[in-house]
Amino acid sequence: MGRYVTRRLLQMIPVFVGTTLLIFLMVHVMGDPVAGLCGERQCDPATEARLRQEFGLDQPVWRQYLTYMGNVFSGDFGTAFNGQRVIDLMATAFPVTLRLTLVAVVLEIVIGITLGVVTGLRRGRPVDTSVLLLTLMAVSVPIFVTGLLAQLLLGVEWRLVPPAVSAAAPLDELIVPGLVLASVSLAYVTRLTRTSVAENARADYVRTAVAKGLPRHRVITRHLLRNSLIPVVTFIGTDVGALMGGAIVTERIFNIHGVGFQLYQGILRQNTQTVVGFVTVLVIVFLLANLLVDVVYAVLDPRIRHA
Amino acid sequence: MRLALPGPLPRSVCAGAALVLTGTVGAVGCGGGAGGAIGSGVTGIVRASWGDPQNPLEPANTNEVQGGKVLDMIFRGLKRYDPRTGRAENALAEKIETTDSTHYTVTVKDGRRFSDGEKVTAKSFVTAWNYGAYLKNNQKNAYFFQYIDGYDKVHPVSGEPTATTLSGLRITGPRTFSVTLSQRFSTWPDTLGYAAFAPLPTAFFEHHDAWLAKPVGNGPYRVEKYTRGAQMSLRAWKGYRGPDAARNGGVDLVVYTDNNTAYTDLVSGNLDLVDDIPAAQLKNVRKDLDGRYLNTPAGIIQMLAFPFYDRRWNTPGAAKVRTGLSMAIDREQITRTIFRSTRTPATDWTSPVLGAAGGYRPGLCGRACRYDPAAARRMVSDGGGIPGGRLTITYNTDTGSHKDWVDAVCNSVNNALRDDHACVGSPVGTYADFRNKIGRHKLTGPFRAGWQMDYPLIQNFLQPLYYTGASSNDGGWSDRRFDALVDRANAETGTKTAVATFRRAEEAVRDAMATIPLWYQNGSAGYSDRIRHVELNPFSVPVFDEIDVR
Repeated sequence: MGRYVTRRLLQMIPVFVGTTLLIFLMVHVMGDPVAGLCGERQCDPATEARLRQEFGLDQPVWRQYLTYMGNVFSGDFGTAFNGQRVIDLMATAFPVTLRLTLVAVVLEIVIGITLGVVTGLRRGRPVDTSVLLLTLMAVSVPIFVTGLLAQLLLGVEWRLVPPAVSAAAPLDELIVPGLVLASVSLAYVTRLTRTSVAENARADYVRTAVAKGLPRHRVITRHLLRNSLIPVVTFIGTDVGALMGGAIVTERIFNIHGVGFQLYQGILRQNTQTVVGFVTVLVIVFLLANLLVDVVYAVLDPRIRHA
Repeated sequence: MRLALPGPLPRSVCAGAALVLTGTVGAVGCGGGAGGAIGSGVTGIVRASWGDPQNPLEPANTNEVQGGKVLDMIFRGLKRYDPRTGRAENALAEKIETTDSTHYTVTVKDGRRFSDGEKVTAKSFVTAWNYGAYLKNNQKNAYFFQYIDGYDKVHPVSGEPTATTLSGLRITGPRTFSVTLSQRFSTWPDTLGYAAFAPLPTAFFEHHDAWLAKPVGNGPYRVEKYTRGAQMSLRAWKGYRGPDAARNGGVDLVVYTDNNTAYTDLVSGNLDLVDDIPAAQLKNVRKDLDGRYLNTPAGIIQMLAFPFYDRRWNTPGAAKVRTGLSMAIDREQITRTIFRSTRTPATDWTSPVLGAAGGYRPGLCGRACRYDPAAARRMVSDGGGIPGGRLTITYNTDTGSHKDWVDAVCNSVNNALRDDHACVGSPVGTYADFRNKIGRHKLTGPFRAGWQMDYPLIQNFLQPLYYTGASSNDGGWSDRRFDALVDRANAETGTKTAVATFRRAEEAVRDAMATIPLWYQNGSAGYSDRIRHVELNPFSVPVFDEIDVR
């Protein structure tokens, strides 16, 4: 197990270097950011040259990249154009997005798996059909429609929640945005669980467990669910990264100042330091979440062994 | 409430401030009254939408409206532009005197302080201006100091600066300093209302990072709490001595990523003021807000600029073509349908906010700005047709909704010229890239140009845009008659004659149709029923100190 994890961690290094380089180059291709800094006019040439020097933009790209990576490894993610250190931006943005993602994942697990088990055990019944229809709707409606609709109905028409999240972004204000963010994945989790549960419900070991006279809830939680959850866990694991990166739309609608907000602004202002820094951290989150999923496999299913 | 003033306020000053405020709610500018209406957890706070400032909040480094909004609340300079007329009036200046339009003597009013208790003196101005001009401080508004003697030493076009302070600035007493300009500039004192000329306290230089985290100024508000990228809480500053003390307890500026969300928050009562109404909501705004909607002229004009570095555009015939194109644009219809009357068709090259006395002259453009398809066709063919056979209008897609109006302009041109392919829009992804293409002279056709005035003077609408080699003369237009008239106008000693000469310079712009003026932009804002007396100043920034909270 230890060796497996080490190997996986080592594999992350080339992935990490590759993604950062790719993002670095992509932002670079977008053009010279300094030209956009002086409003509707040309910066005066002397100031422009100074700014370029300050942000290291007068160097060739490969050197910019090497300097940047060198700094990253010593914990310095550079400075955004507004004079704030990117690490400070991260310190304010990531906790917010993490909270939002957490809310989304918890909702996904609780609602998704419950619905999945219920429908999986009651195949073909009205409850199954109606949940099927609902999930179909959730999957097919784009997230910004769901978001704006939820905002309009819950926030403006019925006044149940404030339409925008306050600057502190406490957990209770994040429930509606979290639900919106989770909606599509939630539907997938429901359907995955349903299929898996429905399949395994007919398996020999379940029949054995029932024949042993185990109580129904024990059969479901200990035997049926444990085996059925493997594909669901895979999905949720990879989804954590997707949710964090994909929060950009939800964050905009509900005015949440998280990762999505910083990335959006960074891209608009062509701020290499911000964009590369944030994406790098997202990449790491994604890689770690995947590793975690693989480790959890072994716990769920003892047949899977990581040599 | 921490008031960093030594000792209690003198009574007489208090009475004076109360007198000025007669007729407004309570005596907010002077403690007591409303029962400690200042400080944390108070009523009377205006909640307004905001955008994350692009640059650090230094006065000489802020060149966009979001940062400008804050500076307008926490700073007062020598002059202030009247929120209604746009006229420059003395704020901290007791007097600014000159006999030759080159040497000025400035006297600062007595008894004014920064909110940390430090006195505002001549030194506060001189050190601030020196800081702003010095190349190594990377201040984006450094060019505002370019008319002061010695600017070329502290901010050379290339190479290292050879001086750290402007030789044209000299402190002559605790409250007086002299300014020597490198050229005659009769309306120079009127430029001093711009934020870049604000005074700075010693804290700015000694604890720079701490200052940026929580700026300290001398205006009617002080920053109570600033969470960068999210929110700034400003509170009325009790110690403020000016006539424009805040009439509310304070302002909370909340950053919104999307102006649609801000608008939703306004409609549902979670926000009091939005100064950027999303285009898609313009048709509902009057109904949604029950008339609490402002749409007033701002000092912004939109134009089509031309690449004069491209020889084909720099001929007498091309001037005719430009005039013809101008006549082919149906400004009335586009401003009405696309902009829902938040723009007004332009008939000169300045802005209505200048007023007639300031140099605005409606109708100066005359027939050339009136929609007349037949005349347009004639003019374009007389001029030898569009250079290159086709008109490409370049614009950026990331800010504003430029695509809509560019397409409409092209449509109008195509209809007028009876050619479906005469004009097409050419989008560029980001603003920075757009500026790059302009800066490197890559464009061969007209491009979008917008000008927001720095100060309400006709000089500011002409010199930076059309003078040979000027900072924002992107198309590289050059005209000897225009340059000579601008030089003469700057050398005039009387404002009236200066304005008249600038107007004649504007005629030179018209005769060559150096840019096609499209429309004057309005500032728009919506507000909740919690607040009253909301107005936008000529820079389309809300006049926060006058807002009254119910």
